[in-house]
Amino acid sequence: MASVSAKDVLTKPVFANNPIGLQILGICSALAVTSNLNTALVMSMAVIVVTAFSNFFVSLIRNHIPGNIRIICQMTIIASLVIVVDQFLKAYAYDVSKQLSVFVGLIITNCIVMGRAEAFAMKNPPVISFLDGIGNGLGYGVVLMFVGTIRELLGAGSLFGIEILPLVNNGGWYQANGLLLLPPSAFFIIGIFIWIVRSWKKDQVEAPEYVLAPNSKQEAV
Amino acid sequence: MAAKDSISKTITVTVLLCVVCSVVVSAAAVLLKPQQVSNKELDRKSNILSAAGISEPGKSVDELFAQITTRIVDLETGTFTDEVDPATYDAMKAAKDPARSVKLDRQEDIASIKRQARYMPVYLVQNGDQIDRIILPVHGYGLWSTLYGFLALEGDLNTVVGLGFYSHAETPGLGGEVDNPAWKALWPGKKVYEEGTMEPVLQLIKGNVNPSSPDAEHQIDGLSGATLTSNGVSNLVKFWLGENGYAPFLANLRAGGV
Repeated sequence: MASVSAKDVLTKPVFANNPIGLQILGICSALAVTSNLNTALVMSMAVIVVTAFSNFFVSLIRNHIPGNIRIICQMTIIASLVIVVDQFLKAYAYDVSKQLSVFVGLIITNCIVMGRAEAFAMKNPPVISFLDGIGNGLGYGVVLMFVGTIRELLGAGSLFGIEILPLVNNGGWYQANGLLLLPPSAFFIIGIFIWIVRSWKKDQVEAPEYVLAPNSKQEAV
Repeated sequence: MAAKDSISKTITVTVLLCVVCSVVVSAAAVLLKPQQVSNKELDRKSNILSAAGISEPGKSVDELFAQITTRIVDLETGTFTDEVDPATYDAMKAAKDPARSVKLDRQEDIASIKRQARYMPVYLVQNGDQIDRIILPVHGYGLWSTLYGFLALEGDLNTVVGLGFYSHAETPGLGGEVDNPAWKALWPGKKVYEEGTMEPVLQLIKGNVNPSSPDAEHQIDGLSGATLTSNGVSNLVKFWLGENGYAPFLANLRAGGV
């Protein structure tokens, strides 16, 4: 257990053990908030903060949390942190928080946060857990930014709201791809992201669970 | 390990955890409240201004807002009233209060708002005695949420100056596109009423408006992928500018009898 190094917990989740790419957690919000980069960035930061601090606090009291109700205790901490983050966004980033609407609150149900609390913070000391939270939040953020970049660039012709490809509607030449602004497009892009990462890091490729048996009968032609 | 799982320990930990968490949450809510309220207020004012197409570089929202007069309209009689103080009146709250609001029956309730406040604030931009622009608060149900916004009309009380929503929880990227400036830019110049009547005909249509169609001045592009939000916007315009909304007041205003 003591063998985890700070560098590992920070960087591994970004590509080697990405929470979305390999663990396939937190897909729901990744679909919802990535139609433009502003919301994707704020959402990533919110998740990083929540995951890091929830890991930290859970780890801090991990020796006191009764085993039977540990999930509820983790949820209480996570929910409180999310409410605090939501309040901060409403006070200091009002416009973005309006666009994110319910999705900040839904960080509570983001599997990454609770998954890390249960899998890592319950067994490790606070500081390393904190870093693990940042690492996993970053892993989530990387995917969000990747998806957000493609969706906003090709779907709306802009990045961070700044026009890159002039749209036909505004007298330019680029016909925006409306599909990319719809949530399902994020599925395709996340799929492509997983494909890219697994082509690069072959060890993430899972062994096929089923192999088609060869035809047992020769077909009469 | 047994000590950690004993009943007394379980209860102690739970109670302590809940107390600490609730203190943190309440503290955040209370301490940040003033900032949030002023954000909302600023947002509301700047929405009124942007619906009315008023903007001047270098001037603050409060300075610009100074040229706007707030008046209260009695929707029942269709006239101005001094019954309530415009500075403190909260139409949203009044709509929930049975004494100060009317229940709408299904037929009337096109915008799905259930209750409607009797008094509504309107915002006037005046040029001498002449009304230059009038900004009407509107709201109605979309897909997930009630959309709250402002619709601004020219002095002819028919031509749209602009529309803006300041509060809604529609799907980001789909219904949330009601906040998109490119879409809002479609509104100015549209006509709410059929020529010579007080029947609101302005609506959102599926797809894009054909500019050569005779109805083009009464139509706005629907939001793609957000049919229910688009219907909601059409309905709230129809409701608020119809006979249960501001139509009687606007008719009086046109006739000069307010």
